[in-house]
Amino acid sequence: MLLIECPFCGPRAEVEFRCSGEGHIARPETPENISDEAWADYVYMRTNPKGLHFERWMHQHGCRRWFCVARDTVTHKIRAIYKLGEAKPALDEPKTEGEGA
Amino acid sequence: MPERYLRQSALAHLGLESRAVDDPGDAGLVLCERAHLGKVGLRGDAGDKGFLDAVAKELGFALPLRPNTVAAGEDVTAFWLGPNEWLLAVIPYEGTPLAEDLDKALTGLHAGATVLTDSRTVIGVSGPAARDVLAKGCPLDLHPSAFPSGSCAQSLLAKADVLIYLHEDGGRFDLYVPRSYADYLWRWLEDAGAEYGVAVSGD
Repeated sequence: MLLIECPFCGPRAEVEFRCSGEGHIARPETPENISDEAWADYVYMRTNPKGLHFERWMHQHGCRRWFCVARDTVTHKIRAIYKLGEAKPALDEPKTEGEGA
Repeated sequence: MPERYLRQSALAHLGLESRAVDDPGDAGLVLCERAHLGKVGLRGDAGDKGFLDAVAKELGFALPLRPNTVAAGEDVTAFWLGPNEWLLAVIPYEGTPLAEDLDKALTGLHAGATVLTDSRTVIGVSGPAARDVLAKGCPLDLHPSAFPSGSCAQSLLAKADVLIYLHEDGGRFDLYVPRSYADYLWRWLEDAGAEYGVAVSGD
């Protein structure tokens, strides 16, 4: 079980949270002017990295607020937690080799 | 809102009045339903001084702004639910006039008060084994050093959403539970507390 630091409530158990996939995906400003491929890319296509991943999480069973998490998909280690609207923190790609992942 | 004579508490069908005792004896867990406590949901911008002042004037005390804290006046208790959300528990029963008064006071602001009285009921949990029983189904750290008297927190208890409040005197936890989970949660509490002995008390 992870202890996740909700930016509003403080440290809480993982079961209270819900991960909602990749973050920092901006809606196209003029959807009427873009191709179907570009729209499909916005709606459906997500990165699936091995390593550092920037995600949106929600404190579903607590304050019900959204926030952002930078998580390592190999070790499940949470590298950073920050609020919506804040820029991605500068983090090094993790060296996963030899970490027993 | 239903006619008053039609109102039933969420646990009315359990006939708790007939089980209520004045002296719980050596029961480790004492349960009660605090039925028909008025409740008002309040949303507004905690960074807006006009909002905070208008609410403080109406309630007679300032809203709690620190996470997981509570502020109380004579008849109203305000729970911090989020950075722009509070729950007001109102004694006596009627939550409506307060919500209407707040709505009037908040006119023109991006804020609102909603009557939630019948959406949740309140289960009171006390007795020497209260913390142990809650710890069986709740991921919160309920140790007094982490969850002191006067704290509140929204979390899960046996997979049901609850708002947990520990009274200032440390004597009783109040669980604010959605009406549809109330029957399940009450039965879970009776089961979880069976090994300590369970008594039912009046409100």
